[in-house]
Formats: sequence, structure tokens, C-alpha cells
Amino acid sequence: MRKMCLQMVHELARHDERVVFMGSDLGHGTLAEMQSELPDRFYMEGISEMNLVGMAAGLAMEGAVVYANTIATFLTRRSFEQVAMDVCHANLPVRLIGNGGGLVYAPLGPTHEATEDLAIMRALPNMTIVAPADAEEMRQFMRVSVDHDGPIYIRLAKGYDPVVTDPEAPFEIGRAVSLREGADAVIVTTGIGPRIALEAAKRLAQRGIDAGVLHLPTVKPLDLDALEARIAAVPVVVSVEEHSLIGGLGSAVAEFIAEAGFTTPKHFRRIGLPDAYPTRYGSQASQLEDFGVTAERVEATVAELCGSARTVAGLGTMQRKGDGKWQSRMISSHPSTQGQRGTALPG
Amino acid sequence: MDLQRRPNAVDWRGLATPLDTRSKALREDVLEIFESSRRGHLGSTFSLIEIIRVLYDDILRYDAARPDWSGRDRFILSKGHGCLALYVVLADKGFFPRDELAKFCAPDGILGGHPDHKKVPGVEASTGSLGHGASIGAGMALHGMRTNSKHRVVVVLGDGECNEGSVWEAAMSAGKHGLSNLTFVVDYNKCQSYGTTREVQDLEPFADKWRSFGCAVQEVDGHDVRGLRATFNALPFDGRRPNVVIAHTVKGKGIPEAEFNTAYHHKSGMNDDEIAGYRAALGSYR
Repeated sequence: MRKMCLQMVHELARHDERVVFMGSDLGHGTLAEMQSELPDRFYMEGISEMNLVGMAAGLAMEGAVVYANTIATFLTRRSFEQVAMDVCHANLPVRLIGNGGGLVYAPLGPTHEATEDLAIMRALPNMTIVAPADAEEMRQFMRVSVDHDGPIYIRLAKGYDPVVTDPEAPFEIGRAVSLREGADAVIVTTGIGPRIALEAAKRLAQRGIDAGVLHLPTVKPLDLDALEARIAAVPVVVSVEEHSLIGGLGSAVAEFIAEAGFTTPKHFRRIGLPDAYPTRYGSQASQLEDFGVTAERVEATVAELCGSARTVAGLGTMQRKGDGKWQSRMISSHPSTQGQRGTALPG
Repeated sequence: MDLQRRPNAVDWRGLATPLDTRSKALREDVLEIFESSRRGHLGSTFSLIEIIRVLYDDILRYDAARPDWSGRDRFILSKGHGCLALYVVLADKGFFPRDELAKFCAPDGILGGHPDHKKVPGVEASTGSLGHGASIGAGMALHGMRTNSKHRVVVVLGDGECNEGSVWEAAMSAGKHGLSNLTFVVDYNKCQSYGTTREVQDLEPFADKWRSFGCAVQEVDGHDVRGLRATFNALPFDGRRPNVVIAHTVKGKGIPEAEFNTAYHHKSGMNDDEIAGYRAALGSYR
């Protein structure tokens, strides 16, 4: 996916002279072909992310469409104020390519694990956030990224992730993608989540539970129409993401459900990372396992909530929101982090 | 500030420089703004008047009727809190109606306590958080260089602002790219918010710092209109490196009580008597 993203920057630059690439000393051989072919549109700056983003803003003010590439934590944490004021407040066409979204850099520890990047970027007005699922979706997204008004944060996954999207489907920024229909539940997800969600849906089908999968590659702005249509039709909603339970896709969907005014109650649960810094190394896969961001976990959660929904529907208590009995049915039987609803396991 | 305690290692040019009619008139305009706003960064503005005046009177190319004219020189006031100096000059040049000045910081005004490029014609970049303008200017200059554009980019920095690491990131990058179309002007008034630059975060040897980052440096009395004009007219200094003009200025220049007085960095709740006092002091300034 990373390779595809960068290749596409080169490809776009060949056809559009506004396109400029900027990096921050990352990494060996990055876009070497572009550097030799288009040297006036390839700039490798030092390890200076604040300057990188500020300069990108200056270039964009002059009409360039700048793709600024470095590690996600440094883009979102180190240069946050430049992103906020120079890029978002000015609403400029700067594309921030965040390498290592989520737990990709698990072996490198918390300095490099972007587990709250979506939350940070979501809070910024004018920011668009895109987290494609695979290289093919990245290709389709990159094609439409050039002419998008305003800034975009692009969350890169590890790479070589299995392709779960339709390679021929054009990407529309702000549009959700239905990967599976389902009458009993909907699993909403983003980034590398579809693989987990689809596997869970497959397992649920074997248990007689018909769960759909709605992929939201654009985390901001959310496709509210798609969310409303899909959630209105089912009693159970589970979000799964490689991100903190605070402020990511699950939070966004929770906010939506809370205010959507659905006439029937929704059994909703977020699956994501706990409100804690990772304390172990290992791999992205092992950490996802540690934190319970797995197909098995999604399966169990959906099944549990579907069971609750059926019980409550049978008791005819669906109209009595706020009922203490109802509330107790919503609490997860899984261990969760202290003071934190949701189904993240402790780190 | 006790002048006897001023350290010797820095340049105190600007202290005795007289102010001419135009310099006093622009400061009068700022005092007029205070009559409605009752607040503003007095000291930080008064050190900056001659720098901005000379740039807009004699150096920068622009068209006030077409603030977005592509051939304009780009000017960024990175020390955004000195915006009153910019506002009175932009109003004087006709970028926006003078009556906007009376609405400084008012809910329906375009002129805020820090300049917003979306609201104020002639303001190139929104600033106020220190340490941003140098990189934005470097990006603009890089774009100008790679597209063979003739326009120049001038960024005014505060001395306290140069505590920010991002300023030096930008300086390194500007040096690396040889951005001779970029000029950093430092309003070196020797005072920041809490105290003197010497006390809070010494910048010396300041010119050497800039030189070591790959910039061509000249120093000038920041209140000497002729000296500023000659310095800016000498741009680019060597055609290979970014330019730095260290303008030795006096915080609060024009009102003796406010000069080098950190209590005047920002004033709020000014009453009529205070403003009348400033006006009298300015009128009789040498």
C-alpha cells in the first residue's frame, strides 16, 4: 500500500505539474525515480516535521498540490500545530501521508505507533481523513486525491495487506463501501479492518447470524447517508478499528448513533485499542491479537449483541430506553480497561 | 528597564534615532486604534513601524487593488502580534478602508489581534502562533525558485520568536535550497514578553547563528529609514543564500516610558488619560 501510494505520487506528478512530493528523511531510495525524472518536484527535507508541513503549506499557497510523507506519529504529534494552523486553517491542498498507521511499527514501540492519529486529525476543521484497506483501494483513492479541495490525512497500513476491495471500483472521497450485506447486524470499519470484519461475518453466517460489513475508508467526513441506511435496518452495530477507542471511527459512529434518532434501539459496541500506550513489542498482528482486535472477538461481540437484541425484542422492552435492566444487558462480559466502555482488552 | 543594566554584548542602535513625520503619523494611527480597542501589543508594534513602512513605501511590489496579483512580492508578518504596524500601513496603502481600523478586535471587524489572511486583504499568511512564518515563507520561496518567478518573499520574525526551534529548521532548509529570493527580517528589540532576550533566552551571537545556518546577514538600525532602505535595496545580498536582516530596534519606540519596558509588550484596558499621555509623549519625541 505504501509503495502504491508513493508510486501514484510519481504517476500523478507526471501528468499534473502542480504535484510536488516532500519527505522528511524517509526512507532510503524513496521515489528515487521521481527524484531523477522530476527533480524540481521532489524535495527531501531533513528530520524537521514542523518545517516540512510549514513549507508544504507555503508551496500549496502558491498553487502546488503537496504530498508530504513521513511517519504518522511525527506528522500528527510533532507538527500538529503546523497541520492545524498552516494547513487546515488555511484549507490548503496538502496531503499528509502518514506511514505506519495504527500498530504497523509495533516492533519500534510507542514512539512510532500511531494509535490516536485519527482522533488527532478528526478534531481539525477542514481535514479529510482517508484510511484505505489495501493497495488497490489506495490506487483508486490517489487518482481522485489531486483535485480534492483542502487537506487530506492519508493513513498508510503495513503493506501487502490482502486485497478485499474491488480493484475496479472508483474511489469517492466521503463515500462508504458496502463489502457485505446483512440483515441482523452491521460491522463498520476502516483501514485494515475490512479483513477482520469480513472474516467475522463469515464465521457469524455459519452460526446463522447475517452480519453485513460497511467499510468507511473516509473517516472524515463520514458517509452519514450510508451509516443511516445500514444502521436503521439492523439492531446490532459493532465498530472495529486499529485505533484507540477514543476519537476514532468507533467514536464517530457512536456520536452519529447517539444523535440520529433511530426509532428502534441499537445495540452498539466498539472494538479497538485501549486508552493505554502499548507495553509490548512483537508485530502488528500479535498486538492486534493482544488487544482483541480480531475476527474472533468481533464474531463473539456481534453474536452476544444479537442475542441481547432478540431477548429484549422478545420481552417487548424496546421502547423503554433508559431502563436499568436494559442498560445492564449492554455491558460487555469481556474484560475492558478501567473506566473505558468498549471491548478493548487491557494492554 | 534600568538602562544602566543593559548588557554590553548586544547592539543598541536605534535608541537615539529620531522619528520623522510619517513614522509619528503611523504611530498616531495605532494610538487611534487604541481609542476604540483599548488593547493591543504596543511595544511589539512600535519597534516594527519603520521596517514595515520602508518595505511598503520603497521595496515591495504589490497592487493594493489586486492583493492576489501573482507578481506581487510576498510579505509574511511571522510575529503576528505586531499586526497593528501592518494594519496601519495596509490601510494607508488602500488595501482596505481606514474605518476598519476602528473595529480592531471587534466582533464584526476583519482585523484581529493576530492577522488572518482569509479576512485581511494584503495579509499573505495567518500568523500569531510563533515559529510558523519562516517555513511558510521558505515554501513560497522554493516554489518561486522552481518556477523561475521574479517575486521575492520577506518574512518578519520577532527576536523572542527565534526561541522557536521551527525557525531554525526553516533556516537550515532555506540555506540548503539557497533561497536568495527569501529574506528574514528580525525585529531585534531585545525584549520579549517576560523580560529581556538576554535574560529569558539569549540569542547572541545572533548574526553568527544565522550565518552558520547558511544565510547572508546584514545588520541595520531598525528605525533608520534611510539605512533600512539601503539595506533592503541591496537584496539579494549574494545571490546564493537566503538573506537575513537583523534590525536593531527599540521595543515601544516613540513613547519613552514604553521603551524597553516589558509592561508595554501588551496593554489592555487603556483609558483615555493613558492614551492622551502616549500621544503627548509621541508628539514631543525627538
